[in-house]
Amino acid sequence: MSQTLTKKDFASDQEVRWCPGCGDYAILNAVQSLMPTLGIPKEKTVFVSGIGCSSRFPYYMSTYGFHTIHGRAAAIATGLKTVNPELSVWVVTGDGDSLSIGGNHFIHAIRRNVDLNVLLFNNEIYGLTKGQYSPTSPTGLVTKSSPFGSLERSFSAASLSIGAEATFFARTIDSEPKYMQEIFARAAAHKGMSVVEILQNCVIFNDGAHKAITDRASKDDMQLRLEHGKPMIFGANRDKGIRLNGITPEVVTLGENGISEADLLIHDERAPEPTLAYFLSRMRSPEFPTPLGVFRSVEAPSFTEKVHQQIEDIRNKKGGGDLRKLLFSGDTWEVKE
Amino acid sequence: MTTKSRIELDHVTIRFAGDSGDGMQLTGTQFTNTSAIVGNDLATFPDFPAEIRAPAGTLPGVSSFQVQIGEVDIYTPGDEPDVLVAMNPAALKANLAALPKGATLVVDESQFTARNLDKANYASNPLDDGSLDGYRVIKVDISKLTLNALESVEIDNRAKGRCKNFFALGMMYWMYNRPMGPSKDWIERKFAKKPILAEANKLAMTAGFNYANTADLMPSSFEVKPASIEAGTYRSISGNQSLALGLIAASRQAGLPLFLGTYPITPATDILHELAKHKEYGVITFQAEDEIAAICSTIGASYGGGLGITSTSGPGMCLKAEAMGLAVKTELPLIIIDVQRAGPSTGMPTKTEQSDLMLSLYGRHGESPICVISCSRPTDCFDVALEAARIAVTFMTPVILLSDGYIANGTGPWKLPDPDNLPTIHVRRPVDPSEFQPFKRDEEHLARAWAIPGMPGFEHRIGGIEGQENTGNVSYDPVNHARMSQLRADKIQRIAEFIPEQSVSGPEEGDLLVISWGGTYGAVYSAVQQMQRQGKSVAHAHLRYLNPFPKNLESLMRKYKQILVPELNMGQLSKVLKYTYEIPLESYTKIQGQPFKIRELREKIEQMLG
Repeated sequence: MSQTLTKKDFASDQEVRWCPGCGDYAILNAVQSLMPTLGIPKEKTVFVSGIGCSSRFPYYMSTYGFHTIHGRAAAIATGLKTVNPELSVWVVTGDGDSLSIGGNHFIHAIRRNVDLNVLLFNNEIYGLTKGQYSPTSPTGLVTKSSPFGSLERSFSAASLSIGAEATFFARTIDSEPKYMQEIFARAAAHKGMSVVEILQNCVIFNDGAHKAITDRASKDDMQLRLEHGKPMIFGANRDKGIRLNGITPEVVTLGENGISEADLLIHDERAPEPTLAYFLSRMRSPEFPTPLGVFRSVEAPSFTEKVHQQIEDIRNKKGGGDLRKLLFSGDTWEVKE
Repeated sequence: MTTKSRIELDHVTIRFAGDSGDGMQLTGTQFTNTSAIVGNDLATFPDFPAEIRAPAGTLPGVSSFQVQIGEVDIYTPGDEPDVLVAMNPAALKANLAALPKGATLVVDESQFTARNLDKANYASNPLDDGSLDGYRVIKVDISKLTLNALESVEIDNRAKGRCKNFFALGMMYWMYNRPMGPSKDWIERKFAKKPILAEANKLAMTAGFNYANTADLMPSSFEVKPASIEAGTYRSISGNQSLALGLIAASRQAGLPLFLGTYPITPATDILHELAKHKEYGVITFQAEDEIAAICSTIGASYGGGLGITSTSGPGMCLKAEAMGLAVKTELPLIIIDVQRAGPSTGMPTKTEQSDLMLSLYGRHGESPICVISCSRPTDCFDVALEAARIAVTFMTPVILLSDGYIANGTGPWKLPDPDNLPTIHVRRPVDPSEFQPFKRDEEHLARAWAIPGMPGFEHRIGGIEGQENTGNVSYDPVNHARMSQLRADKIQRIAEFIPEQSVSGPEEGDLLVISWGGTYGAVYSAVQQMQRQGKSVAHAHLRYLNPFPKNLESLMRKYKQILVPELNMGQLSKVLKYTYEIPLESYTKIQGQPFKIRELREKIEQMLG
């Protein structure tokens, strides 16, 4: 039955209705390109989303799809994957959907390590409700609901995920399609919950939110591409690096004050403790370059596996369920004619 | 070997009351199980505080367990106790109001110390001050006698003291002529790893039994003969347990894996406890992070082809409302169990109320029809669970199953069904991918076919946004929305064609019809029966189906001169019936967190019949 599928096979017949220039198009394109490379049949792939611009995503895929309610995609996907562990389940969500109204489900799905692939579109704004600050908007952002500037401190999706001990967290950006697809492939390969934060641009309500990282002129100085086992070097001239000063990361210049590569932090995405990944999550522009790539990828049994393993273990011990035995258990008595 | 006279009774109600640490629920359960084994019909009502361990000896810490046993059919735990066993002053104070004059009162005299009297806010000792005149008071030094009986057992006095409930149980066994064997067996099983405690509890029980037999306090014992119960194998079961077993049976009959997504909440949590024990049946229990995740994970499980069940109580129902709307719109099968409790807000979590009928019928935004059915007693929860699953899967709809705290914790003797004779629940899957449309309906049920992820060729998208008829594609077309709203409503109404017509107990027409639903079944049924025995023209219709109502309900209601609708709320069903059928009726309500007494209902019926 296996036939070679192409990117086209994963596109539905529905007209895509995001604003022209929206970063979501690039993400959809990267996902549709990735799908045929995974070797998973269409019928075993499900996209689950919440509410928000990003959450229209499932309608544009020709796989199974469920466009649910605000913030609840992670919870719905948890039930789906648990009852049917053979499925490849993707959650498409946004900063409002997962870090505000659905924050609880998001952190608990991470805590349980449910085997889901979560694509978190972070545009630092509420788009579908037409421009209010989101939990990831920087303090001071002027929006329709904060005409004098937002007073709130922003969440880092990375700090939150790593704080909840995500077994996989990565960050990528909508302006770099090939890199994005590579990161998605890593997420797909991870067993357990993988969270990918995609820095995504909302052209209408928060255009240029990630400008420093995407602008040709500045991006090399403002991006830190993480590579497992390699020192953390960045900059157009590859002359800058990250060093740990006590327990605080700092930016240093190679060659200055006798600093060499040997002084730099080495990225270790497989470190058993999430400490290094948490350091990375705290690095924010303009003081630091924005880390992109896989922050953390560690092996741990997924919730889904454990649920079914437990059932199997109990069945091996007690035998398959016999309803008669169950009903007639406990203290029974006979009433005669 | 009893040396005293024995009096025959056709039924008796006993209430065990003590501190929540005194083991009264256990004592009551033991008495109940033994009575079941000797063949009595029975019903129980445990009443306990929400506090796990309120300060010992205080009024808020009082826990009680009432059981009615009978040679005749028993439908309620009894209006008023014939016997109250009070293990301390607080238990006496909290329960005395429920005790009719002339009733028997067994008290642990050792506990009526100045300190304990003070804790129960007694200014003087009720055992001496005449306030118990009119009761038959049996004062026994239960605590001291227990210590004496256990003198030779090598455990400390504290542990000995904890055996006093078995001393009291032994006395009751003598008084009602029950064998001690079943409780001895239970003690041995319970304390298999601590034989010395098994020994102590058995000794205490035997001592209580012998004391009652020899002491002059009790002039006679009583006999409650076995009831004429249908032949079969029985077990005693609570409503929550019976529901859980019904759900496992439904999963088997439908061939769908059971998924329970839930969040702990009183009084529904025992459903989770019960199901979590039975993983060998492929049961998945998911203790979610909150009520919303509980229902959402369940919707995900249903979408993935499971038998999705979520269980909760009133406050949780409120939190689940939005997700219920999603299940209505996406037409996924789902069972939502609401074990109702007194509200609003936190209300009285351990007290019963028929609080959520209106919430279940209407508590969602938009036109969001859901099928609502209800349990009537602990032993019918099994059948109602199967019925909820049948409707959910056949009609591709969420079904709200209303139980309540009274049913959930109450117990009754359950005649075990033959698993080979349970109804099969048919799942309708689409067969031809080329003709597949996710929201195409079958004409009989108006239900869509259930395609689940994993089925090749049926890939489709569903969601909360309004969809085009048949295709389900996103649609804001005004006429389509009207059409879809009507179709969703018609589908729920169509269920009425596939449920039994409403039956009545009593005359098919007459002076008065009493309509009830849910946990008031036993009290209403008993009251109507008693009135019928007096020759009154009264009938009883107990509704299992609340949305849609049975087809014949209206014509049935029109056959009686008057209609009475008793409810443990402020008249929710009566309002629905009034505006649905525009038939005059009288609402009779009680909202005290306590069940109806048969007497209250009888008086109301008498008043209406003039």
